Amino acid sequence: MTLLEVNDLAVEFTTAEGIVQAVKGIDFAVARGQTLGIVGESGSGKSVTSLAVMGLHRGAKVTGSVRFEGTELIGAPDETVRRLRGRRMAMVFQDALTALHPYFTIGDQIAEAHREHHGSSRKESWARAVEVLGDVGIPEPARRAGEYPHQFSGGMRQRAMIALALSCEPDLIIADEPTTALDVTVQAQVLDLLMRLKDERGLGIIVITHDLGVIARVADEVLVMYGGAAVEQAGAERLFTAPRHPYTRGLLESLPRLDAADGEPLHAIPGNPPSLLAPPAGCVFHPRCPVYAAADTGQRELCTAARPPLRLLADGHRNACVRSEETT
Amino acid sequence: MTGFLIRRLFGIAVTLLVVCAVTFCIFYLLPNDPAVQFCGKDCPPDRVAEVRQQMGLNAPLIVQFGRYVLAIFAGRTMGSGSYAVQCHFPCFGYSFQSGRPVWDLMMDRLPTSASLAIGAAVIWLLLGLAAGVLSALRKNTWIDRTVMVATIGVAALPVYFTAMILLYVVVVVLGLMPYPRYVAFTDDPFGWVQNLLLPWTTLALTFAAIYARMTRSSVIETLAEPYVRTARAKGLRERRVVGRHGLRPALTPIATMLGMDLGGLLAGALITESLFGLPGVGKLFADSLAKSDQPVVMGITLLASFFIITSNLVVDLVYAWIDPRARVS
Repeated sequence: MTLLEVNDLAVEFTTAEGIVQAVKGIDFAVARGQTLGIVGESGSGKSVTSLAVMGLHRGAKVTGSVRFEGTELIGAPDETVRRLRGRRMAMVFQDALTALHPYFTIGDQIAEAHREHHGSSRKESWARAVEVLGDVGIPEPARRAGEYPHQFSGGMRQRAMIALALSCEPDLIIADEPTTALDVTVQAQVLDLLMRLKDERGLGIIVITHDLGVIARVADEVLVMYGGAAVEQAGAERLFTAPRHPYTRGLLESLPRLDAADGEPLHAIPGNPPSLLAPPAGCVFHPRCPVYAAADTGQRELCTAARPPLRLLADGHRNACVRSEETT
Repeated sequence: MTGFLIRRLFGIAVTLLVVCAVTFCIFYLLPNDPAVQFCGKDCPPDRVAEVRQQMGLNAPLIVQFGRYVLAIFAGRTMGSGSYAVQCHFPCFGYSFQSGRPVWDLMMDRLPTSASLAIGAAVIWLLLGLAAGVLSALRKNTWIDRTVMVATIGVAALPVYFTAMILLYVVVVVLGLMPYPRYVAFTDDPFGWVQNLLLPWTTLALTFAAIYARMTRSSVIETLAEPYVRTARAKGLRERRVVGRHGLRPALTPIATMLGMDLGGLLAGALITESLFGLPGVGKLFADSLAKSDQPVVMGITLLASFFIITSNLVVDLVYAWIDPRARVS
């Protein structure tokens, strides 16, 4: 059975300015031992998606289907989802300095989760906290467990955050920008740690990032999001070598290259991400899309008529662009 | 930690000295002559000159100030010859009006002011925190709106208005209790509570309204913190998420405010004490000010600064105890 299956997920927020459709029509699945990378820029809905899977949206309307080992979570009693949170699926947040509680020691924060889910004693849960801190490579874990988050370095804090996620031996870990706040060297260490744990324990992992470098390093499967919609999905290698969607191509071309000729300008996608309050009609990307810009009026109607869903191509590649066959 | 304490205590001493100097200068510059005050209304000029000499008022300002400060720690012989009196440590001089040592006057009144302040603080904390937390947890519901509208109304009421209304309704119309008068706790604990109930309520209402609003915004802000989301992501029960991870940090700024307010009130709640005729430090201050009883006014000013500055230190220590980031290593 697939570990996690998400179908037609949509999240709506009601704000003072109107209803914001943060994400819509998201489908993906994660198997044990597999890493799914979700990539997109700020506001693309990647974090909203991950919080929806964890059932952490409060005051938002979440529809569609999230199945964890076959159990439907959308519309399930809060208590059912709470028992899964932390225990079977755990989350690693972006900035461990703000995501860890400043008033409690690292050990206490990890032990608390263990006590909640396993009914363990203070002594047992503390021992478990020290153990996982050791697992993630924190030196002198017994001593450091008694320290507060502000006494840890950035990399160590992120490891502690991962230790917290691991403490109850979950089956799925969702890491939301786990390395964004870190130096490149520390970033590599943290990613390697996640991958090692995935292999050793057969975890399913979702890595959410705006950093294509991180995706290239860890992901088996990649979902590209734009303006609250999924625009392309493929195996990591395929996506990087043969991207289909104009947005994905734009992203890849925007990466600075060392082998570029001197004086060659950096590529950028023109324009700004769409407003989710009043998204563009049809394909959300069309106002910034080079294919749309190059098309004549008759062809353009294809792009603006309706929001194109991800369509499965013969090779397992999924693409939402209605015109990409012509441009491939 | 010891270094921190020493630095802070030194800071307190300097601050108090500055407050003392400023107050002293203000009184020195005031047009009324302490010698005339002391001597009486129909005092002949030569007698005034004599008193001035005895009081040491002819010495330069800095010398007078030095004597005043020194006396606080070492006591002082006031006057000379047959008028000499030994003013014992801690010497703040003698009241012009009653002739009693200022220190004794203040210490007589302190229990009343402290009873009023602490009792009121308990009430406003209970009311304010309960209303604030409830409002925050029921944000944007009719409960929240009702509480917030009520707090605006209550906060807008002047203390003298609340006091009059309470007295009129509870004592005059309903006759639920006699007109309040101060009864020492040690004499009659029940009478103490009964007589202080109205002053407590009067003083507490305004504070409760402000604390409710502060608490509400602080709790709402904290519950939106990433670490509260982490607590939920761990799968903790909502009660624990709010109670342990949300409320503790939310209440830290409230503790700061409480320290400052309580410190200020310990040295007397001027209006409330006057309205209810409570013999507290605030009432003493009001009476002494009206009679230009300079030594008493000076003494109370210093006492008030001492309480405020000390409560500041206590707040900092409590802060360090609650929030590990504030601990000086």
